Amino acid sequence: MAVQVRVPTILRSYTGNSKVVEGAGDTLAALFEDLDTRHPGLRGRLVSGDGGGELHRFVNVYINDEDVRFLGGLDAKLADGDSVTILPAVAGGSAIVPATLGRVTILPAVAGGSAIVPATLGRVTILPAVAGG
Amino acid sequence: MRFESLVDSVGRTPLVGLPRLSPSAEVRLWAKLEQDNPTGSIKDRAALWMVQDAEKRGLLSPGATVLEPTSGNTGISLAMVCSQRGYRLICVMPENTSIERRQLLAMWGAEIIFSPAAGGSNEAVAVAKRLSAENPDWVMLYQYGNPANAQAHYETTGPEILEDLPTITHFVAGLGTTGTLMGTGRYLKEQVPGITVIAAEPRYGELVYGLRNIDEGFVPELYDASVLTSRYSVGPKEALRRTRDLVEQEGIFAGISTGAILHAALAQADKAVKDGRQADIAFIVCDGGWKYLSTGAYAGTLEEAEAALEGQLWA
Repeated sequence: MAVQVRVPTILRSYTGNSKVVEGAGDTLAALFEDLDTRHPGLRGRLVSGDGGGELHRFVNVYINDEDVRFLGGLDAKLADGDSVTILPAVAGGSAIVPATLGRVTILPAVAGGSAIVPATLGRVTILPAVAGG
Repeated sequence: MRFESLVDSVGRTPLVGLPRLSPSAEVRLWAKLEQDNPTGSIKDRAALWMVQDAEKRGLLSPGATVLEPTSGNTGISLAMVCSQRGYRLICVMPENTSIERRQLLAMWGAEIIFSPAAGGSNEAVAVAKRLSAENPDWVMLYQYGNPANAQAHYETTGPEILEDLPTITHFVAGLGTTGTLMGTGRYLKEQVPGITVIAAEPRYGELVYGLRNIDEGFVPELYDASVLTSRYSVGPKEALRRTRDLVEQEGIFAGISTGAILHAALAQADKAVKDGRQADIAFIVCDGGWKYLSTGAYAGTLEEAEAALEGQLWA
């Protein structure tokens, strides 16, 4: 029984940079155990609690686009041909590359103030990025 | 309808049927047109309630500075409310947010602090929390954790929908701060036993989830999964397709996140048809499409539009 699993960028170090891997299992827990035999360490990033009893708080997993937390969590049933998507929980925002330093620009309020800092009024501050949540 | 001032006209938006997209006379879709709010989005409700709540608690007096991490609509709503109340507003937003949003904010007098595109809204939240700690006299309303955000929907959106659609069986909305779903969902669940409450969550492009590690993830403090029946992830292709369906078939020109919500609503409609059940499915139109024209979402083929959205914040 084959299930396709989409792996987010930050977990691809466990999958040899593959964004889609195949796995098998009747439940999500069984699938994660199966994946861990070929991608050691992956399961440990997805589950938490004693013995890995629950999904990591900041990991969202979807079976055919439905959040597994509403399908029984790790006990969610899987069928042949299902598609599983793993995503980190984010604040509904957009990102491109992990940042080590945040850049913050202060703009004066001007109509159409959408572009770069006006040289005479702008002030640029460098702030380190800090974890949210 | 007549109001004393613009802020008094927030809410009481129309609920309109979708005669073409509804599958049958027994299974009907209803759109709550939140773009009819004063600044054109559902966020007017949360912004007004959060400001009023802070005023009641004595946190805001004339000349006060309000700070908020926002990718756009909440900032625009807060900018309007703050300008009318005499408060200074500083918005922290990712630098890859659309040009229209920045211009709207500036127009209403808000100041903008850009956080790096890398890091997305998580980063905007982090920067805002940091600035708040450094400037104790600034008031951060913090839409992700402020109960007044959800309360706005508990007191207005929920009752309005139920009044207009007493036969409601499903409520579908987007999941960002979670305020709309938590407030409206709680109200409707109390009033309509057995109602289905569905979250549609935008799934951005491949490169958009650029955290350094899982522990930097973020779940809004307002989020309570027990309010929801189910939660679906909707990708940009489906969201765009439904956004176009909505304008082409029903004449409703909505933003892209609304397409994602409609996609989830149509899936519930299909399910009801298959199960042979009657359904009245209300969903939220969060805002109009105007602010997203520059994203390329409405031009060319769906594939071109999807490519144009990659790496952009479309909801």
